[in-house]
Amino acid sequence: MINAVIGGVMIGVASGLVFLLLGRMAGVTGIVAGAWPAPNRWWTWRAAFLAGLVIAGAIGRLVSPASVPGLSTPFALAAAAGLLAGFGARYGGGCTSGHGVCGVGRLSRRSIVGCATFMIVAMIVVFVARHGGAAS
Amino acid sequence: MKATIAGLLAGLLFGAGLVVSRMTDPAVVLAFLDVAGAWNPALLGVMAGAASTFGLFYWIATRRGRAVLVPALRVPRERPLDARLFVGTALFGAGWGLAGLCPGPALTTLAAGTPATLAFVAAMVAGIALSGAIAQRAERRAVSQSDSPT
Repeated sequence: MINAVIGGVMIGVASGLVFLLLGRMAGVTGIVAGAWPAPNRWWTWRAAFLAGLVIAGAIGRLVSPASVPGLSTPFALAAAAGLLAGFGARYGGGCTSGHGVCGVGRLSRRSIVGCATFMIVAMIVVFVARHGGAAS
Repeated sequence: MKATIAGLLAGLLFGAGLVVSRMTDPAVVLAFLDVAGAWNPALLGVMAGAASTFGLFYWIATRRGRAVLVPALRVPRERPLDARLFVGTALFGAGWGLAGLCPGPALTTLAAGTPATLAFVAAMVAGIALSGAIAQRAERRAVSQSDSPT
């Protein structure tokens, strides 16, 4: 648990710096949505942020491969999951970082409700996948 | 230039935090979501640490009244709880529960290079783009409806 909290604080500092230095919310979905050039779009810091994520992961994989195993589900399932997660996050206004960290962190009611919703749905999906087929 | 460097450093720190907390390991995330199984509360610790720390920065920045590198602090408008919020977050939750990955960790684990990781990220980007296109279409339609004389 201690590494979880330490990692969480690091995430919080990173998100906090994005808001304090750049005045923007550090929701990864929103960052992805705005990370390439378009009129009136401040895309450069977003592209750099995403590059930072990828580089950190590469270094992390060198240091501790077990921490960065990658996804090993069937290809079609991975694609379906990614499509749902990407579409849903943008449509619903945020993901775990946007709603869960930034939104909850600033006590936004909309984010607290959104975060609760995706957590409950995710838990139901996992329950069905892992325990739903059990003959009992 | 300063903003780009700030973005890069923030992304590096964010990614490092994901690795340190092992949110980049789908098994750890799924173990938190598996409430009926061998439950691992670690994700709660990550959220608590992250949200509270962000909250502190948020408070400092809003008291300042302006950002450091640019003038404006852009805070999302507090929109009402609408269908879009519930539908969107539910769909997101479904995807998250199926794979145990969400956008941040997915990009951070690109280095692992497994086909499933690449499929997730590609589909995720497509989903983000699709949602954006739908929202743009809806906006345009709304404008043309309000211009109609009938």
